[in-house]
Amino acid sequence: MRHHRSPNVVGGILGFLWLLVILVPIYYIVITSVRPREDYYSSNPLSLPSRFTLEPFAYVLQNDFLRYFGNSVFVTVITVVAVVLSSLLASYVIVRSRSRLARFSQKLFLMGIAIPLQATIIPIYYLIVQLGLYDTLWALILPSVAFAIPITVLILTNFLRDVPKELYESMTVDGASDWQMFRSLVLPLTKPAIVTVGIYDALQVWNGFLFPLVLTQSSEVRVLPLSLWTYQGEFTVNIPAVLAAVMLSALPILFLYIIGRRQLISGLTAGFSK
Amino acid sequence: MTAAPTATPDSGRRARRRGGGPGATGPSNWLLVPALAFFGVFAVLPLLGVVALSFFAWDGLGTPQFAGLDAWRTVFASPVTRHAMVLTLLMTLLSFVVQFPLSILLGTFMAGRQKYRELFSVLYFLPLLFSAAAVGIAFKALLDPNFGLSRAFGADFLKQDWLGSPDLAFYTIIMVISWSFVPFHSLLYQAGVRQIPTSMYEAATLDGAGRVRQFFTVTLPQIKYTMVTSSTLMLVGSLTYFDLVFILTGGGPGNATRILPLDMYLTGFRSYQMGPASAIAVILIVVGLLLSLALNKFSGSDQMDSQMEGA
Repeated sequence: MRHHRSPNVVGGILGFLWLLVILVPIYYIVITSVRPREDYYSSNPLSLPSRFTLEPFAYVLQNDFLRYFGNSVFVTVITVVAVVLSSLLASYVIVRSRSRLARFSQKLFLMGIAIPLQATIIPIYYLIVQLGLYDTLWALILPSVAFAIPITVLILTNFLRDVPKELYESMTVDGASDWQMFRSLVLPLTKPAIVTVGIYDALQVWNGFLFPLVLTQSSEVRVLPLSLWTYQGEFTVNIPAVLAAVMLSALPILFLYIIGRRQLISGLTAGFSK
Repeated sequence: MTAAPTATPDSGRRARRRGGGPGATGPSNWLLVPALAFFGVFAVLPLLGVVALSFFAWDGLGTPQFAGLDAWRTVFASPVTRHAMVLTLLMTLLSFVVQFPLSILLGTFMAGRQKYRELFSVLYFLPLLFSAAAVGIAFKALLDPNFGLSRAFGADFLKQDWLGSPDLAFYTIIMVISWSFVPFHSLLYQAGVRQIPTSMYEAATLDGAGRVRQFFTVTLPQIKYTMVTSSTLMLVGSLTYFDLVFILTGGGPGNATRILPLDMYLTGFRSYQMGPASAIAVILIVVGLLLSLALNKFSGSDQMDSQMEGA
């Protein structure tokens, strides 16, 4: 892009230093997760282990990791489907309708973006207890859906606004119902945006910590981020296993990064950088 | 409440449009119901609830009892909460001062098309694979005074109790926050810088501007919307750093890292004083809202979604 005659040496050096800052902790996580437990207390934490072992991973897997993983998958999938569907319907109305409710909804969701909603955790706890949902996966799903709606609606409406009006109008003239219009026009046209917000919402839910911490208790409904914390409390003398759990929890996102780097990045930045 | 779509019945209009008449005014309001219902019940209601609860005394189990301004008096008289306010302000400012320039420089660096920079960018992304909980746990092990960094490099100045010393813990957390959030913000700047037309740099080069001057006269002015977006996310986001701090220090040692979100959690779910905890939550919400509004004013647009148009 920029054509400089001389290479930017200072920039290169600083860039390399930042690379070290980023990589040392990552390397530490990876190398410790394959280190034998007895090695941990005696060796240099950044040295290569005396032998490579997968014992830490086996240990984590024996300690219900897959159940927590499954819980996280369940919560994430249900939440994302509910958020994207309800937000897509709402965005469609907000963009296409001039009704007072549509304008009110838009303002309401914009306000939802500006407010740190996590601060409402106490009444949410009260509500969840009153609904009899405390310590269930639904206790995580319902508020997660609500919190994800504002940003999802905002991104989808921005996207739907770019669809030429004539497309809608021609279908209206043909007598298409809301549902037909939605299925044959809105859904296909917003596919890329749906992928973007879907990834964004999924990451938020997958990584969420406060809801599980406050709204669940038993190990049957534990999700991954909370399980990392409890592993840390339980395996105090087995740091390699704790870091193996950290590695495993990042695998799905690493997988996404490898197969769809561009989608993941656009999902992460969620249209903040169009 | 928001979940009141029934208040605007539009079945008549709906029926009319189904006939395909040209007088159609758009899709049915009913399609708004699912989103409004979720948001109304699990966001707006709790938002009103938290304000209400700040006027109650409640231990988290029984029935909340009206207590007037008690909770607010408690909160403002509490040295712990006052300290938490100062810490939150400091953490917001300090993490901004570290992250803001770093993200811009890195984003500009990553925008370059040189092969090594593209490779670096792929690796710079790695922290984003981990949840805040994972980052907190990894750093807690890495910064262990006995088995962590100190032993890795054998350097004496690294032999610190990074998270256990009241003087250091706060700054250590700023560093971990930067490690985990700068990659995100530099992605925003990378996208912003890549949208600057090459011709602007060519013109600046013809004018004899060097690399540094081009950065200040071309790059920075061209990414000002990205700056607003990124800064808003950084500043408002710093009000919600909960998971990282909770895992790294739990607010300690003492109260050295007990920022407001932690103060809210500990007051509510550890000391079972939901009234004062709600008052702290209201403070967080008001500050967050004011900050967003101020930044939007500052950016010279009156629409919140200008955030999304940035870059």
